[in-house]
Amino acid sequence: MVIALPVNDNSVESGICCSFGRAPYFLIFDTKSKASLFLENYAIQEQEGAGIKAAQMIVDNRVDALLTPRCGENAARVFKTANIILYKTITDSVNDNIAAFQKNQLSVLSQTHAGFHGHNGE
Amino acid sequence: MKVAVLSGKGGTGKTLLSVNLAAVSPRALYIDCDIEEPNGRLFFKPAFNKTEFVTVLVPEVKQTLCNGCRQCVDFCKFNALTYIKGKLVIFDSLCHSCNGCYTLCPKKALSPKKKRIGRIQRGVSRNVSVTTGILNVGEASGVPIIKKLIKSASASYALHIIDCPPGSSCIVMESIKEADYCILVAEPTIFGLHNLKMVDELVRLFNKPYGLILNKCMDPWDPIEAFCKERRINILGRIPLDQDISKLNSEGFILVRTKKAYKNFFSALLKTIQKEADNQTIIGA
Amino acid sequence: MLSGKGGTGKTTVSSALIKLSEAKAYADCDVDAPNLHLIMSHTEVSKNRDFYGLPKAAINQKICIQCDLCRKMCQFDAVEKINNSYCIHDLACEGCGVCEMICPVRAITLKPSVVGDLMLYQNGSVFSTAKIRMGSGNSGKLVTAVKQELKAVAPQASFAIIDGSPGIGCPVIASLSGVDMVLIVAEPSVTGISDMKRIIATANQFLTPIAVCINKYDVNTIQTKRIEVYCRQHHISIIGYIPYDTEVVQAVNRNQSIIDIDCKAGSAVRKMFGIIEPFLKHTIRTKESKNE
Repeated sequence: MVIALPVNDNSVESGICCSFGRAPYFLIFDTKSKASLFLENYAIQEQEGAGIKAAQMIVDNRVDALLTPRCGENAARVFKTANIILYKTITDSVNDNIAAFQKNQLSVLSQTHAGFHGHNGE
Repeated sequence: MKVAVLSGKGGTGKTLLSVNLAAVSPRALYIDCDIEEPNGRLFFKPAFNKTEFVTVLVPEVKQTLCNGCRQCVDFCKFNALTYIKGKLVIFDSLCHSCNGCYTLCPKKALSPKKKRIGRIQRGVSRNVSVTTGILNVGEASGVPIIKKLIKSASASYALHIIDCPPGSSCIVMESIKEADYCILVAEPTIFGLHNLKMVDELVRLFNKPYGLILNKCMDPWDPIEAFCKERRINILGRIPLDQDISKLNSEGFILVRTKKAYKNFFSALLKTIQKEADNQTIIGA
Repeated sequence: MLSGKGGTGKTTVSSALIKLSEAKAYADCDVDAPNLHLIMSHTEVSKNRDFYGLPKAAINQKICIQCDLCRKMCQFDAVEKINNSYCIHDLACEGCGVCEMICPVRAITLKPSVVGDLMLYQNGSVFSTAKIRMGSGNSGKLVTAVKQELKAVAPQASFAIIDGSPGIGCPVIASLSGVDMVLIVAEPSVTGISDMKRIIATANQFLTPIAVCINKYDVNTIQTKRIEVYCRQHHISIIGYIPYDTEVVQAVNRNQSIIDIDCKAGSAVRKMFGIIEPFLKHTIRTKESKNE
């Protein structure tokens, strides 16, 4: 199974990023082969719709599940359409979460938040 | 005469001034362009409300014609289009209605459909026709609503009072575009002065004749008086810091409809504004 | 620190809390009209940075054949024809790229455009703020940048105060994300309460603890009671009642915080800080032990 996690830098030690759409990197990890790679998240530059663009990246990398502390409603819609399941992370540690996932200890992320999408003139 | 009331910062008294100026005139059209937090209607409590929806065009796709080339996905600067598992998925709320995607789709799979982004309410409160623009939460841009508010403002009213949104973003600019005269509202505090400088820059950019009304005044405060002198900004009037005014305003009362003293005050203010506006538009400030 | 409505006293209260808590990190996220720097006694900006937004179009006059196609297609009235020359009105351009795409001679390109200025002040404490330029649309991303700067420059600070922007839109949501507590400065007026409800609804989506303080509560005790009823119904604590106090303006105009002088409002904020402090200490301790 291929899983993705939003991380603060291109290293496991950098820890899980609190945001999905604007996470600096994504860790893509194959639970079977143990292969991993870090994807730079270009969506971080986006004015609006960062979550959508980031979600498109995840879909394009053939990910089966995303482990994240939270997810915006727009990105969530992309994942739903793509049949990618969202799991809620439990700590800031990448290894802890991957281990918990493999033991089926992570729960599905049920709540998504309103996005930070473009809105002017406040 | 179309008068726009703006302040840069929120809470300075834009709505207090706009509402009372409109109410004290014999007959006026009050236009609330603060489409995210339209508060004028809380004071006017207008009757016979008619609602008109404001729509923009957003794309919809005929999946059977789409061949997955992703040109639209790559083109869209607002990330409103994604291609997921053989389907084009569209995010209406991010679309800025630029029409780019329909134009470039090689298969003509995309076409425009209407989407509601907000509404305009029209009602009457005695001598004032009250028009309110309201933006639906989560929408990308309120500019189309402002455009419609200004365009549909009835010419049968000699006086239009435009209550502008706070800040200096594109919806503020859109609100003042057609104004004949601008009234800046500022508080005589360091915050007020700082924000006055911002909004002063804005009206000058648009070459609008303008004057200033100071609100919540205590004793004259030098820094703002000095700034006005230096920039040759005409101070049209001063509304005092007064607990009675605060209280009545906080209850949603229109001052000029509550006490004669306020009616006289705003009446005189309106006369000053009209005289000043006439002068400046002749001179061509 | 949020308010919904503008002008409720958010910045005045924020500056007082920053001083009382001796916060080493704070930010002004009201990028449309930043005011916090006027009270906090920072003199020099240690870092000034351009903030880029969506690129804007620019027409190369040497290549342009004046076919008028760009002006016809532009949905934002951003292409102007002045004396047979076509040019882009920067303030109106939304950076959609349609003109660049359809120009038959490729005379139009999208160029990076500065939409804001980030500022960082450092003198023992770190203060991050920014100002969005006129006519710019989305300020949410700039707000995020202000917070990111703060985090990058003061990663060791255990506690930060963020003076948020008014309203309920994207810049507020950006101010709100990732915080441990929201304090709403409410105003006892019809419009103030209407806006307070909207900001509470917005903040609730983030499941963050919310508390309310009522500024100028004695100007209208009936509206203050309405706030009390509403908060009670929604299980929100009211942790401060700040009285109407003309000394506040005097202090602010002297670039002083209300706790630097002896006044009623200042005392009320001190009292309120006494209530928040244990909660903050507890949250900091819990987070620190999690990290170990």
